[in-house]
Amino acid sequence: MTRVCVAGAGTIGSLFAAHLARVADVTVLTRREEHARALNEHGLTVTGRAEFTASVVASADPSSLPEPDLVIVACKGSDLDALVARLAGHYPGATLMTVQNGLGAEEVAGVHGAWPLLSAVTFMSGTRHSDVEVEYVLDTETWIGPNRGTSPDDAHAAADLIASSGLKAAAFDDLRPAQWSKLIFNATVNAVAALTGLAHDFHYAETARLGDLGLLVRGLMDEGKAVAAAAGVALWEDPWEMNVLATLRGHRHSPSMLEDVKARRPTEIELITGSLVREAARFDVPVPLHTALYVLVKAKEASYS
Amino acid sequence: MKICIVGCGAVGSLFAANLAQLDDVEVWAYDLSRAHVDAINAKGLHLSGVGEVVGRLRATADAGELPPCDFGIVATKAMHTEAAIRATAHAFAGGCVATVQNGLGNEETLATHVERVIRGTTFPAGKILEPGHVQWDVKGDTTLGPYELQPAPFVEVERLADACTRGGMPTYAVSDARGPQWRKVIFNASTNPIGALTGLTHGRVCERPDLRALVSGLVTEGKAVAAAQGIVLDSDPEDLIDHAAKPEVAYGHKASMLQDVEAERATEIDYLNGGIVRFGREHGVPTPLNEAIWALVKGVEQSWQQ
Repeated sequence: MTRVCVAGAGTIGSLFAAHLARVADVTVLTRREEHARALNEHGLTVTGRAEFTASVVASADPSSLPEPDLVIVACKGSDLDALVARLAGHYPGATLMTVQNGLGAEEVAGVHGAWPLLSAVTFMSGTRHSDVEVEYVLDTETWIGPNRGTSPDDAHAAADLIASSGLKAAAFDDLRPAQWSKLIFNATVNAVAALTGLAHDFHYAETARLGDLGLLVRGLMDEGKAVAAAAGVALWEDPWEMNVLATLRGHRHSPSMLEDVKARRPTEIELITGSLVREAARFDVPVPLHTALYVLVKAKEASYS
Repeated sequence: MKICIVGCGAVGSLFAANLAQLDDVEVWAYDLSRAHVDAINAKGLHLSGVGEVVGRLRATADAGELPPCDFGIVATKAMHTEAAIRATAHAFAGGCVATVQNGLGNEETLATHVERVIRGTTFPAGKILEPGHVQWDVKGDTTLGPYELQPAPFVEVERLADACTRGGMPTYAVSDARGPQWRKVIFNASTNPIGALTGLTHGRVCERPDLRALVSGLVTEGKAVAAAQGIVLDSDPEDLIDHAAKPEVAYGHKASMLQDVEAERATEIDYLNGGIVRFGREHGVPTPLNEAIWALVKGVEQSWQQ
């Protein structure tokens, strides 16, 4: 059986760990000792789109866990550097897969060891109800592609493993087109939601009248598309079409950055919009709208104190 | 002469109570708040704060009670202009109507219901403490001028300005009142929504260099739209913004739009940034940042319905 270590047991990490435990030997690396103890004692319960409880072996100390074949680093982007630093010197035979929002997670992780790396982005979502219970809300795909020291076959193997666990996954020979599509979508929808308090719904696709929110959303996506084009990335999906499709389905999604702002937590603005703005500067593409939203969200974070 | 204040909120009350000090002026106030109207009729309209004034005037929530008036002074929030003037226009069939409201487009709305319109901008501010009692926070000047497309005769503009000044509200009659109006609109549109979106006070907005640069981006667009119409601003909004950021001026001031958003009250965004965008569109001036801010604040309002 494949041995998988899920590093970081937030919502996404918990969903990976519980599902994969049905088809692999799963260990969970937590930040807190008491979280590990709770997981060892109670297992990990999934509700929502699937209902089951999985047994996992958890610890806050990587050296006390058996050597894995695959490490899924599933923390928020803002915690990535610190988490992978704890893995330095461990698991030399394992492949590391990053699933953070934004760009550059692979580079951040790769600094701490020579592991082969897989790139991934995930669209699935859930709500964490406790250390040992996670609700599976959106059963959308995780996309995986090769990065340093890995091949498309490695990406396919990881995607097949995840798909066999009951989650949705797909492999790409080159993840960048999909990663950039998601980046542009996320940078736009998350920042607009964080500033307006408006969950992602039909308002985001309204373009009939001057001043409609959809016009701003489309403008932000056009800026992102210009950056992708300058970076030589042919997008996998048009982010505006992703937006229209998602809102047409009629449901209302609360993006993570909106949840962060409501709870007065630091957001992922630096990793998501920040990485787009920095790429834009690198390729000399003007992005005045993304820049405006970037400084507004940073200022909103500053208003917490 | 008879003057009717249309919309007797904080700013309308400042005009009403001060004008009521004059022997030669009969003041009426039209307002939808029955409690405010009843209190004014029972005990007079009381101002306290930077000035202590009690004005005796006739208030009503029924526009049918209004007599023919020489002047109207419209002081509602901008989104209520249409309904307010539609209800009261009959009282101004032989008179002139001035706006002292925030934002752009109020004159245009008044002109669809009354013949002679006066463009105006006012700086005094206050808040309603209780029915019949208004706190006067800030004194300041008012500027009035004929509305270009349906002007009031200049002698009438001067007559109203003189009455306001004699009553204790210093007011200037000018031939082109667009400069002060656009200066105030650009100031408000470039700072109020930034406070509303971020939760920061005016001073904290200005001390973040990247955010202050966004404010300047909004100011620059607004100035370009004003310039395209041949409007000469009476002073640079940038100077006002920096002045207001000083600790002794308004560093800790929460923009009124931030207060509106915190209370989930409709904002005047359509008439501030929305007005700049619409006038920009008419005159071929791009205003992408004002359009973005307009859409974001509308999004905030939409989130209250979710």
